[in-house]
Amino acid sequence: MTVESALPLVPIIIVIITTILIFLSGKRPNLREFWSVAGSILTFISVAIMVPMIFNNQKIVYTLSTIAPGISLNFRVDALSLIFGIVSSFLWIFATFYNIGYMRSLDEHAQTRYYTCFAVAILGAQGVSYSGSLFSLYLFYEIITIFTYPLVAHHQDEEGYAGAKKYIVYLMGTSKGLLLPATVLTYVFTGTLDFADNITSGIFTKGTDGVWITVTYGLFIFGFAKAAIMPLHNWLPSAMVAPTPVSALLHAVAVVKAGVFCISRVMLSVFGLELLQALNLGLCTAYLVSFTILVASIIALTKDDLKARLAYSTVSQLSYIVLGVALLDPTGVLGGIIHIVNHGFSKITLFFCAGAIYVATRKKKISDMAGIGYAMPFTMGAFAIASLSMIGVPPVAGFVSKWYLLNGAMSIHNLPIVLVLMASTLLNAGYFAPITIKAFFQGRKEKWTAADIKEAPVTMVVPIVLAALISVVLGIFPQFFSQLIGRLMP
Amino acid sequence: MSDYLIMNPLNFPILTTTIFIPLAGAILLLLMRSDKIVKGIAFTTGIINFLISLLLLVYFDSSTHLFQFGEFARWIPTYNINYILGIDGITIFLILLTTILAPMCVLCSWTAIESRVKEFMFCILVMESAMVGVFCALDLILFYIFWEAMLIPMYLLIAVWGGPNKDYASVKFFIYTLFGSVFLLVAIIGIYLATGSFNIPNAMFRDYSFNFQFWVFLAFAIAFAIKVPMFPFHTWLPAAHTEAPTAGSVFLASVLLKMGTYGFLRFCLPITPKASVFFAPLMLVLSVIAIIYGGFVCLSQTDMKKLIAYSSVAHMGFATLGIFSLTLFGFQGALLQMLNHGVTTGALFLCVGIVYERTHSREIYDNAGLGKIMPIYVGFFGLFSISSFAFPGTNNFVGELYILIGTFANHKAAGFFAVIGAILAAAYMLKLLKQIIWGREDKRSIKDMNVREIAYLIPLAVFVLWMGLFPAPFVHTFERTITHLTSRLQVYFP
Repeated sequence: MTVESALPLVPIIIVIITTILIFLSGKRPNLREFWSVAGSILTFISVAIMVPMIFNNQKIVYTLSTIAPGISLNFRVDALSLIFGIVSSFLWIFATFYNIGYMRSLDEHAQTRYYTCFAVAILGAQGVSYSGSLFSLYLFYEIITIFTYPLVAHHQDEEGYAGAKKYIVYLMGTSKGLLLPATVLTYVFTGTLDFADNITSGIFTKGTDGVWITVTYGLFIFGFAKAAIMPLHNWLPSAMVAPTPVSALLHAVAVVKAGVFCISRVMLSVFGLELLQALNLGLCTAYLVSFTILVASIIALTKDDLKARLAYSTVSQLSYIVLGVALLDPTGVLGGIIHIVNHGFSKITLFFCAGAIYVATRKKKISDMAGIGYAMPFTMGAFAIASLSMIGVPPVAGFVSKWYLLNGAMSIHNLPIVLVLMASTLLNAGYFAPITIKAFFQGRKEKWTAADIKEAPVTMVVPIVLAALISVVLGIFPQFFSQLIGRLMP
Repeated sequence: MSDYLIMNPLNFPILTTTIFIPLAGAILLLLMRSDKIVKGIAFTTGIINFLISLLLLVYFDSSTHLFQFGEFARWIPTYNINYILGIDGITIFLILLTTILAPMCVLCSWTAIESRVKEFMFCILVMESAMVGVFCALDLILFYIFWEAMLIPMYLLIAVWGGPNKDYASVKFFIYTLFGSVFLLVAIIGIYLATGSFNIPNAMFRDYSFNFQFWVFLAFAIAFAIKVPMFPFHTWLPAAHTEAPTAGSVFLASVLLKMGTYGFLRFCLPITPKASVFFAPLMLVLSVIAIIYGGFVCLSQTDMKKLIAYSSVAHMGFATLGIFSLTLFGFQGALLQMLNHGVTTGALFLCVGIVYERTHSREIYDNAGLGKIMPIYVGFFGLFSISSFAFPGTNNFVGELYILIGTFANHKAAGFFAVIGAILAAAYMLKLLKQIIWGREDKRSIKDMNVREIAYLIPLAVFVLWMGLFPAPFVHTFERTITHLTSRLQVYFP
């Protein structure tokens, strides 16, 4: 059932107002941070209001403006939208508190610009979630790109500029060069950019040339470079020059999830399961991302810089989401999409931990972290829990995703994919377990107590611990999200 | 007369008024002595004319493809030359663009022009008259007179108030344009000999031989290609743009270049449809070259004005690409692109003018690192530069999307090449933007924008977002004209 309502605009408008207030309160940091906190909480509430409607099998649609026949700036909320909407708005609250601790402890410059761009990036993520057409999707996708650039280049030193340049070249180049023609081709073939009502039929009419559909599909898959599918993944490790909260929220949640969300959305609502099945595009995609899953994990093994290792882990984990959808099997799709949530909570915990370690010790390298668990027990405890989730150990959230993914792969009787999932689990364990072991079981306590190293500020530790606990809760009670995603299924 | 023209419904000749108010104001200026009064009169004239031209939009009937607000008077009966005016969906916004930019040009020259203020304002107002006249004229001779009338004040603007290299630039501009005008005149005479009249609507969609169309198209195309400017006729543009004073650059970029694409839409397509179809592949290739070449040249510029000038070559390449894709979307996109380019590039030139007044340099390095020093300025400049590379949500994106849809529908290869230009546009504009905001660390004593400067950028900024997010009213206004044109051309399409 479709309901026409401006509800999806509410969170977007709240974020816009928040952004303006943050920008105007530059001279009064406390007021500025108050706006961030209030804005993030209100945004989440306005998203949460829509949950019961979706559970009642309703869809919310709203058209703001018509650009051309079949092209409009419109919004649509279904289960898929809500998954990403909830995750990005909820984690914004955490990130805001964490930001305050991080930015003030390090006495960073240009904080007003930082908070403003941060809010705009969330605006983009919220907009992407509720987009009802490729036009809206492209608009918000690009807003994320351009407003995260100042965040990546935040330090304004040579390294920062170099990383940010790579970032913008990859993301802008692919969106202009691949995504734009893909969108235009879609319109040329179908006469519309609006998403289909269900995930099976898609918008392409029967009789469209299969070769051109495949070309368009390929342009989309690589055009959303935010999903970091190899070989277009290199921007992500480079973007780690940004302050850690940016890496945490944006490069673990908002930006990269916008990429995989867009790919999922295009696969399900533009092409549809039937067409992908008929052209055998699902399996091709699955193999493509399997390569990314394995290779990124192998590269992660070689990194000693904690954030770099987390970055490659992100590259690998993002492809799980695409893999799940590409299985074109209800269980697989469920596994892929629920990983948006599970990976979001666990990975933000890991990045938060990396930031906390940096604030407390100014250390970035894993090899320097022997015994750090003595000095920072809460942080490293949370790190341990979150890395278990990444590996897929029950009862932490990641296990749920892997369970569904494996089920999906088995139900389409695809042995190679099953093997890929198993191998990647071993690799995950291979690069995450040593960190925890090093932190708690190697090194000596005296080294850290002598240097007077303690936990990071409380506004950082609390979000870390909470995010880790939520990872556990999501592992034990996955029903909420799995039932929500169930509303998507035909 | 009335088969193509709906007579003016208002109780005064609105088109004649809009054309001649600036001229009257210009003559009035000549009687004044004080510079202050001169500026005041010039600005008031511009504003009054803009308000009057707004009536066009209010009374415009978007349900017809016929020419509206028609005026007719016999002029030289021996040669069947008449004073015919009328506008349709293609011209209405171009006229409004002209009338709104004129007062802005006065404002942006308020302190920038210190010598011969009276003569400067005189040129600006005469230009405005001629430009509005070009868009209203429905008689070829009348059109030609207005066309030529633009040339002289523009030449003077560059030659008298221009930058250090003004002599070279102004002469080059003059020679190129005059060269084109000669061909225009040839085409006009050719049409007269074929139809026995200079009436423009009367010359459309007649059954001319292909041979005739071939040559008339070529003559028109050379004249218009120089104006657009299309590759390889573009070399006058960077020089003229760079040396012209801000107001001159704005007029050049926003209105004069549109004359070329307007010519293609008004003359080439309806008068020589067969030849247009015949030459379309060539024109597409030239458009794509302009888009890509313009982009690459922009990447290597160190002069802000030159960069924006070359970006015009690329942007206008998109407009001609849309026209010669010969699709409804392409035509609409081209028209949108013309408007959008007028607003965005005009605004960018205004922005360059604003920093030039402070630093007396157009070099990017001299104007770099303004992020902390001129935050308001950087905000405006940021908006206009992302609009320039067709960032979604801004005006240019809508135009580009229409054009690409039109192009991809018929010529996928041309579409993919045009996309390369879109990437380049993002590259050079973001590079420029980064330099302007963060390029330098040192503190300098430069003041941020004043109220006058903010006042003339705000309407343009509003337009950028309005058109980017809610383009429906604009498209609706000219839709009927364009669909009619497309349906008449349909029989000639392959």
